[in-house]
Amino acid sequence: MARSGILKKIDDYRWEIPQSYKAGMRVPGLIYADEEMLGHIEKEEAMEQVANVAFLPGIVFRSLAMPDIHWGYGFPIGGVAATKVSDGVISPGGVGFDINCGVRLLRTNLDEGEVRPKIEELVNSLYSNVPSGVGSEGKLRLKEQEINKVLVEGARWAVERGYGEARDLKVTEENGSMRGADPRQVSVKAKQRGGPQLGTLGAGNHFLEVDVVEEIYEPKTASTMGIDRQGQVMLLIHTGSRGFGHQVCDDYVRSMGQTVVKYDIKLPDRQLACAPVKSPEGQDYFAAMACAANYAWANRQCIAHWVRESFRQVFGQSRRELGMEMIYDVAHNIAKMEEYEIQGKKLALCIHRKGATRAFPAGHPAVPDIYKDIGQPVLIPGDMGRYSYVLVGTDRAMQDTFGSTCHGAGRMQSRSAAKRALRGSDVARRLAARGITVRAGSMASLAEEASEAYKDVAKVVEITHRAGISRKVAKLRPIGVVKG
Amino acid sequence: MKNEFEIIDHTADVGIAAYGVDLKEAFANAARGMFSLMVDLDSVGDTVHRAVEVRADNREDLLVAWLNELIYLCEVENVLFSRFEVNELTDRKLGAICFGEKIDPKRHQMKIGVKATTYHKVRVEEGKGGCRVQVLFDI
Repeated sequence: MARSGILKKIDDYRWEIPQSYKAGMRVPGLIYADEEMLGHIEKEEAMEQVANVAFLPGIVFRSLAMPDIHWGYGFPIGGVAATKVSDGVISPGGVGFDINCGVRLLRTNLDEGEVRPKIEELVNSLYSNVPSGVGSEGKLRLKEQEINKVLVEGARWAVERGYGEARDLKVTEENGSMRGADPRQVSVKAKQRGGPQLGTLGAGNHFLEVDVVEEIYEPKTASTMGIDRQGQVMLLIHTGSRGFGHQVCDDYVRSMGQTVVKYDIKLPDRQLACAPVKSPEGQDYFAAMACAANYAWANRQCIAHWVRESFRQVFGQSRRELGMEMIYDVAHNIAKMEEYEIQGKKLALCIHRKGATRAFPAGHPAVPDIYKDIGQPVLIPGDMGRYSYVLVGTDRAMQDTFGSTCHGAGRMQSRSAAKRALRGSDVARRLAARGITVRAGSMASLAEEASEAYKDVAKVVEITHRAGISRKVAKLRPIGVVKG
Repeated sequence: MKNEFEIIDHTADVGIAAYGVDLKEAFANAARGMFSLMVDLDSVGDTVHRAVEVRADNREDLLVAWLNELIYLCEVENVLFSRFEVNELTDRKLGAICFGEKIDPKRHQMKIGVKATTYHKVRVEEGKGGCRVQVLFDI
């Protein structure tokens, strides 16, 4: 079907935007979607943005969009772009403001039957143990010298200070500490914003979720991750680098307005500002971005520690009895230097994942030992009312999407449209009717994040599964949510 | 005269179009529009004031830099602003006094957090009948 005469159907789940669509595109665009979703994507400017990303110097293969794609600013959300390290660019807008926004999943030995009677108490305990909300400040309040350590060491900084366990680092992307971080490339302003906010959830779409395993698709893969049975309780953390990352992004998008002039880079959107990967400006951004990524890993590490404390307090069981091991921690707003084979040639590439998750297959050297036979766990948070998913990376993702897959449900309603349609108190009541206990700092933010504002995550995940860029392992259903 | 500002709907995020008889007023109204997303402006007094000066290469970048400076101040000083006097505005420089007060959770019901102002679809339009500026925020 020739949609609007622009998109070329490759197969049921892949649609190409030809390079001829816009003068200046260096490669075609490629959108992962089914017919139904495409209708929504076309109504927005997301498609235009996929085409605009194809303007980036050094981009190879395709400007990719995952099925949760939606209209962003500059880059679409759900976008993946690979640029050559040798003569391509790195773009702060291709990572986004919330650098290393990501997801962490912890398992427990508890069953739904044990948790249900105490869910109110648990959600309240989580709410008071993990600071959240607009402008929330944490219990740590770091001075500059200490912040610099966080920026270099990431989650390791937190573990060494008693927040969590050494094993947690082994099951964190980049072991929770990305190399190349240089705090000297970070502004004083970013450090001022980051200091009081470490160990906070924030607001917006960030949350803590008490989940129950609803369905297991691959029992053997699931059990390697510690997902043993239906009804088992899990805990999901979704947050990022807070004001620190926002400031780093702002600083570099601003300064790269001049960089594009200096290097004579022509772009269709100011928000796509970029610099050659190898230029001083590009290297400085990467060093600052890595600092923000490490900040986010330290943030989720601290939060995971308080989450474990809450479970201990509420259920009166020891850490061992609870079995609260981390399953994995993924970043879904980040740029990484990775190597791929393109037409038989090994290329060093800068992979921008903006609202996309790394999905490495079994046997990949970056996959932790315990998962080397199954591949890297991929964590997909849904929305408050529906489901979240655990997937696993595939070889196909390495060939087709630079080891990437979707990151979440993807919005399809603007926040004000969602708010007009539903009041926060109604949302809480409806969730309660479905057996989900919610504790939110602001009722307005609750209405904005209502399920109706999102695509159905089950459909998004199904497309990535059928297209082969990740495989479904388990489906989780929320029973308790904490939001800022 | 049109409203001071209006909210622009955007799937993932939200924007503001602001108006003024001149650009100074439009820039001030854009700032009011941004804080109206965070909090009910009527609940914010003007006991605290801050002088702000920002520079950029052009008017569009200046609008983004101005609003991002306010987000930064709000976050590090825990201050909400509700009134802005833009005293100086050229293509590359803005000077203003901002009035507001410290965040008091008892009186200020926070709505949404604005992460940053983006350059996406930023507009600064000066016409005979008045001025219009537009920005989108990442929230």
